[in-house]
Amino acid sequence: MSKNFKAPLRQAVVALAALGLASSAAVAAGGGHGETHHPERQNWSYGGIAGQYDKNQLRRGFQVFKEVCASCHGLKRVKFRNLVQPGGPEFDEEAVKALAADWPNQIVDGPNDEGEMFERPPLLPDPILGPFKNDKEARAAQNGALPPDLSLITRARGLHTDAPWYIHIPLMLSDVATGYSEGGSDYMYALMIGYTDPPEGFELSEGMNYNKYFAGNQIAMIQPIPEEGAVEYQENAGAKTSMKQNAADVTAFLAWAADPTLNERKQLGWTAMLYLLITTLLLWLAKKRIWARVKH
Amino acid sequence: MSNHESTFEAKSATAKWWDERLPLPRLMHDQFIDFPTPRNLNYWWTFGGILTFCLVAQIVTGIVLAMHYQPSAAEAFNSVDHIRRDVNYGWLIQSMHAVGASMFFIAVYIHIFRGLYYGSYRAPREILWILGVFIFLAMMATAFMGYALPWGQMSFWGVTVITNLFSSLDQVIPGLGTAIVEWLWGGYAVTGTTLNRFFSLHYLLPFVIFGLVILHIWALHVAGQNNPTGIEIKTKSDSVPMYPYAVAKDAVGMFAFLIIFVWFVLFLPDYLGHADNFIEADPLVTPPHIVPEWYFLPFYAILRAIPDKLGGVIAMFASIAILAFIPWLDRSPVRSTKYRPIYKWFFWLFVISCLALGYLGSKPAEGVYVFWARVFTLYYFAHFLIVMPVLSSIETPNKTPGSITEAVLGKDDASSGSGGTPAGAAAAPENR
Repeated sequence: MSKNFKAPLRQAVVALAALGLASSAAVAAGGGHGETHHPERQNWSYGGIAGQYDKNQLRRGFQVFKEVCASCHGLKRVKFRNLVQPGGPEFDEEAVKALAADWPNQIVDGPNDEGEMFERPPLLPDPILGPFKNDKEARAAQNGALPPDLSLITRARGLHTDAPWYIHIPLMLSDVATGYSEGGSDYMYALMIGYTDPPEGFELSEGMNYNKYFAGNQIAMIQPIPEEGAVEYQENAGAKTSMKQNAADVTAFLAWAADPTLNERKQLGWTAMLYLLITTLLLWLAKKRIWARVKH
Repeated sequence: MSNHESTFEAKSATAKWWDERLPLPRLMHDQFIDFPTPRNLNYWWTFGGILTFCLVAQIVTGIVLAMHYQPSAAEAFNSVDHIRRDVNYGWLIQSMHAVGASMFFIAVYIHIFRGLYYGSYRAPREILWILGVFIFLAMMATAFMGYALPWGQMSFWGVTVITNLFSSLDQVIPGLGTAIVEWLWGGYAVTGTTLNRFFSLHYLLPFVIFGLVILHIWALHVAGQNNPTGIEIKTKSDSVPMYPYAVAKDAVGMFAFLIIFVWFVLFLPDYLGHADNFIEADPLVTPPHIVPEWYFLPFYAILRAIPDKLGGVIAMFASIAILAFIPWLDRSPVRSTKYRPIYKWFFWLFVISCLALGYLGSKPAEGVYVFWARVFTLYYFAHFLIVMPVLSSIETPNKTPGSITEAVLGKDDASSGSGGTPAGAAAAPENR
């Protein structure tokens, strides 16, 4: 899914994480009950302190969002114009205008000169809406379940560890040092590929589905992406379709939707670090020189 | 040492004119340029300056955020999202402010532990220390109300849980706690009304802190800075002028701190917060684990360690209030822990207790976690109430040096007055 090389440090972190998770998974109950698995950490192009979004992946991810997720979920905090902006999928402006004009979910506008509210197709500055006008309508259509808006979903989810403190604390420190903040992505990806048959004796409520990564294992959402993949990628899309590829791509797209300034932020991070390190060094040299006048 | 003689000379006619009317330049010169600082200060002393920076940074970023933020239940969450997405560099300002709160607390905890280790609370610095305790309290109140403002799930439920603590006063006078809680909320539940008043107070309190900081610095400049030996400045050779010596060192400390600060702002903006706060507040859905921000965790652990609700609340507030009394609980003949062979161990045990309470505060209040939270809570209080007074009367401290100069140069150099006495440098550092 990613062309990133695996730095040894990163591997060590993953190994440490696995150790922590394994030790906690061992405590989980078996037989007849579900078991909430801890998602594994994935290697994201935008992961760590040097990561950046892969434009082609975001484009593929948008395709998955549009053809699969958007039939139930909205993306209301993202506007069509964002799809054109640098640091995102960077689609052509004309293409996005056409996409917006064809978007199935209309914008309620008005009142017009007759005082009536009316519906119109979205324009570039309009939000990417889902199919439901409000939560009540969504629940009514979805058997009582609410498909959440996905605009912030990767930042609203995360991994947690039940590892004991002597693993937890080094793990925290290595996460800080490597800039790991993709827990939400790891969870979303795991959720999409985590549909299995329920274990023997597990009582699944009506209309619910078994997912090994979902808390409590019963999720209302049906498996969104089948084993063979849900969408046709174009020849030049940069990857072949499959469940895992679709899941990774749409996760990356949702990560961008939740954090659209990541590329710029991390680039600024490197500039700022360089500046601060040099300045700190110079100040330290100046301090040494000044203090050379007195014994201390 | 603010009574050191003023060396300010008004060099121009304008400067003289000002000096006779409002001698601000003289004040700045005497207090922040020529001010005598102990020559042996280590980098732990740079955190006072770092904290001043943190306060100013929070105020500046906060004022900008307030220009775009909308304190209503309907729009608060949307407006913070709007700041991150659509305001120019809003994502940067918002991240600086949110991460800045954590950095402020990291710095203040280091500052407090430094004061504890070197006995900076001892006479004649009691008022200086107590002002610090008030600043810490005001910081906690400000941070708590600030965390409510994004109006995410953890904001809402954090406010609900913590304000509800006051209802425990019903155990003392029936109805009193409930009345206070409803008064805090501005209604019968946490609503947009609560959010709006929290916003108002969150904007007010930093300026209260600013005022307290001015008093804190004033008191510092009356008593003079403590130093690693805990011995007062006695002669001119014990000190160096603040500029350039302390300023140069503070600058290094400040920039080193900024590296960590910026690392979080730009690489890990969400790391110190909770994912749940990216879900809009919903009074009908309780998050599975309601956990305060990391900097409140030790106090949260103390709160939950006590089996009784009112008792927990009292213990939590007492854990901060007790700090105000330590100038009189510690009766050791020496200030600095450096010269206290036994107390040294207890000091580090106290540090470990605080860290452990922080860890335990993040865990569910069940089983073995509660047991250890009780053990460390017990030690937290025992440290101040038993170890400090008892140990300070039975411990024989190591021999302290005769002066700061002696501590730095060794006895021979100091008494002969040769080799590196900074008097010359102190008199005219700019000419060297």
